Amino acid sequence: MAAISFSVNGRPYNVDTDPDCPLLYVLNDELGISGPKFGCGLAQCGACTVLLDGQPIRSCTTVVSEAAGLGVTTIEGLGTPENPHPLQQAFIQEQAAQCGYCLSGIMLYGKTFVDSNPNATQEEILDALSGLICRCHAHNRMVRALQSYAKAVKA
Amino acid sequence: MKPVNGSSNLNLSTWTPDAVQAFEKAGFSRRGFLRGAGALIVGFMAGGEKLAAQATGTRVTDGTQVDTWVAIAQDESVVAYSGKCEFGQGFLTVQHQLVADELNVPYERVKVIICDTALTPDQGTTSGSQSHPAEFGTAGLRQALATAREQMFRMAATRLSLTPDQLMVKDGVIMSKTDSTKRVTYGQLIGGSTFKLTLDTKAIPKDAATYTVLGTSVPRVDIPGKVFGKHQYVQNVRVPGMLHGKPVRPPTIGAKVVSVNEASVKGLPGNVKVVVKNDFVGVVADREWQALQASKELDVTWSDGPAIPDQATLYDYMRKQPTRDSLIVNASDVDRNLAAAARQFKATYLHPYQIHGSMGSSCAVADVQGTGATATATIWSSTQGVYPQRDSAALLLGLPRPNVRVVFVEGSGCYGINGADTVCYDAALMSQAVGKPVRVQYTRADEMTDGENIGPAFVVDLTAGVDDKGQIIAWDYESWALSKGGRPNATTPGNIITAALAGFPTPAIVPAAANSPTTFGNNGNAASSYGAGVVGNNAPGGTGNVRSERVKTHTIQSMFFTGPLRSPNRLQNTFANESFIDEIAAAVKVDPVQYRLRHLSDARLIDVLNAAAKAANWDTRVSPKPGNAKTGVVTGRGISCVLYEGDNGYCAIVAEVEVDQDSGVMNVKRLIASQDSGAISNPDGMRNQMEGGALQGMSRAMKEEVKWSGNRITSVDWVRFPVFKFGDALPVVETVIVNRTDKLQMGAGECTITSVAAAIANALYDATGARLRQVPFTPARVLAALKERA
Repeated sequence: MAAISFSVNGRPYNVDTDPDCPLLYVLNDELGISGPKFGCGLAQCGACTVLLDGQPIRSCTTVVSEAAGLGVTTIEGLGTPENPHPLQQAFIQEQAAQCGYCLSGIMLYGKTFVDSNPNATQEEILDALSGLICRCHAHNRMVRALQSYAKAVKA
Repeated sequence: MKPVNGSSNLNLSTWTPDAVQAFEKAGFSRRGFLRGAGALIVGFMAGGEKLAAQATGTRVTDGTQVDTWVAIAQDESVVAYSGKCEFGQGFLTVQHQLVADELNVPYERVKVIICDTALTPDQGTTSGSQSHPAEFGTAGLRQALATAREQMFRMAATRLSLTPDQLMVKDGVIMSKTDSTKRVTYGQLIGGSTFKLTLDTKAIPKDAATYTVLGTSVPRVDIPGKVFGKHQYVQNVRVPGMLHGKPVRPPTIGAKVVSVNEASVKGLPGNVKVVVKNDFVGVVADREWQALQASKELDVTWSDGPAIPDQATLYDYMRKQPTRDSLIVNASDVDRNLAAAARQFKATYLHPYQIHGSMGSSCAVADVQGTGATATATIWSSTQGVYPQRDSAALLLGLPRPNVRVVFVEGSGCYGINGADTVCYDAALMSQAVGKPVRVQYTRADEMTDGENIGPAFVVDLTAGVDDKGQIIAWDYESWALSKGGRPNATTPGNIITAALAGFPTPAIVPAAANSPTTFGNNGNAASSYGAGVVGNNAPGGTGNVRSERVKTHTIQSMFFTGPLRSPNRLQNTFANESFIDEIAAAVKVDPVQYRLRHLSDARLIDVLNAAAKAANWDTRVSPKPGNAKTGVVTGRGISCVLYEGDNGYCAIVAEVEVDQDSGVMNVKRLIASQDSGAISNPDGMRNQMEGGALQGMSRAMKEEVKWSGNRITSVDWVRFPVFKFGDALPVVETVIVNRTDKLQMGAGECTITSVAAAIANALYDATGARLRQVPFTPARVLAALKERA
């Protein structure tokens, strides 16, 4: 066990944990942060995605010690119902989900790419999401939501 | 329309005081929730707040009683209760719309509580596209609401000294049609009280043509919570004092425990405990990561399981087993007409085992407390049926049924009986053994091997004869499908692998000859759309005009546990039937739409077929497409149509494909689907289902197959069980809704998935002249089909 400090959605945490435990379990079980989800534990689906210092990573295969001293952002950290992030508004507007279990991956990889490529084509957005799974297959709506978000970024 | 934030989880703090009061008056104790009074106390985090729920509430859950379904508060808020669950298909939103519309109250006043054996009526399972037919049927929520509304009209008439037919209702206020000052609100009439009424099957629900909330694209109630990361899935349930369990499964199919060396995990972190019951093995630890580590360290000696059929010879094996048979239609002249036909056609279609493959591996929390007759259990589960799960878990745990409560919490989309039920049993057995609440979430390999009841493989043989004008004069269907276990129920826990490992027998398929049919049944679209469905002297029950029809099915023992996977049997059968009609159309040189129309009698199926063709700008001509080269990249279009399970949703779908004949790589470029599911509740919700179903069906048709080697399943992750994912070529998906407000509501979630495989295979034929008769359509199979083409 080791004491590890990092922040999640701007709030500092200090946890006493096995340093080799994946970050996902610490977020879900120790900190009660439920946005990132366990899907496969193999970095094959993206349900566990968080931003680590602004870059999307798979928290199911990233050990918690790698987060030491860094900032983690989950989809909870984007916005709130009272003050939604434009990305969240776009997903609500397009009704871009069925079960929604995959959303952390689609939204965070999508956001990272669109933020730096607001003029991206649909093909480029799809390419940026490459490898992510949505098993309800709501792909078309999700791409529409990200295109709509890109318009908001440009505006 | 203002969306309602949050989820369906009970969170009384967000309710108005009168809504809570109505809840109490409906027979449930608020104190049980807030302070945990009562026999069995549990708690879980919902929206960041701790709630305590009481297992032994006094709420009436008898579905014949209006109070079971609806309670109205003095502040005019309405709470409804239903046993149909939400899995991301959007039905919870439809339930809110239904309550608002049927009672004529503003949508924002409505709360709907779903699927809890202590709170809601028993409506079986949420499956088979039956939610709309059941909820809008004479024993469902709509009938209860209509009964309640008529009762309030009678009460208002007495109060206002008028007759019910002199009254109207608007926004929950009943008033005189001619003098709006004569008025009384629902809350004033019944608020905080109960109806004490039996559902009246003669109560008249509103005409769908007059709906103002239903029939509109109300945004989903659950999506905001999901995009803000606040929605509580079953994977997020945490109970005070909870431990984490991890099952340790046999490494091969049918292996048995020889010995378990508990010393192998002694001293590992997390206070590890080992649970063994016959061949069920699990470890429990304080934290999930610790349980996972311990499960890897636990030294279990297993016997070798029995040999199972080699995957390469599965379909031949299936034809040679003892079978349980049924006959759906058995016209006496089929053999004679086939013999006399101008031309006869034969083809065999093969479909593999497939898994549900939920995005989130299955999860449950179980809390089994005490021993003997007073023991109780609470299970938080994303099951499709809280009551069947309760009945089955009671047998598994040896508890009286009323002592078990199953609380539904949405999980990852399930598409049928995924691991949701199985994992409840794992959690329950381990909780019972350690005397603490236990949460289990499967690993990906658990989910994809012994976590669920998978969709069975199918062999379908089809034979047809046509006359000298190319008209079909006889149609003969024969299929072989595998089966083992199935859904939880009140008698056979061994339907599910966890219980089978723990020692409960799994019923075997008992070979039996078919009885002669007495009435027509579609039997999961085994009967094609082109049959007349004539049995004896009964009126035709099919959607086509081929009267000389035989449909015979064989069920055989499966080596893997099987169960309903989205569009069970209907999907496999429709792939076969809709490919075969296309083969015949091409052979007799008629356009595939025109040839279908020649053999259809059902006006609504004809309409959706024409609607899809029109939307796709269908190029009317014979397949294959003239002028396509035999090498390089070519394109084609195909169509398919079906009345889902013979009575529950009309659909047609056009696929446009592009195939590289040198590599065998085929991409679907465009899918255009039309659907008639009667009176539509939520057009955008229906489109979401149509789109997702079309793509999921495309994934199943082109990529998905359970694989095994020896007696070990090898398709244990997303690399070895590939599905359609981001980065794969995404087709444009277009939808056409045929809304019929004069027709009963039908299922909408399984229509496109049922039809899409044949549309793709037919498009490949149109592009190349090569015929795909085996799912999945991998590049290797496409190349093989190209090699065989005439």
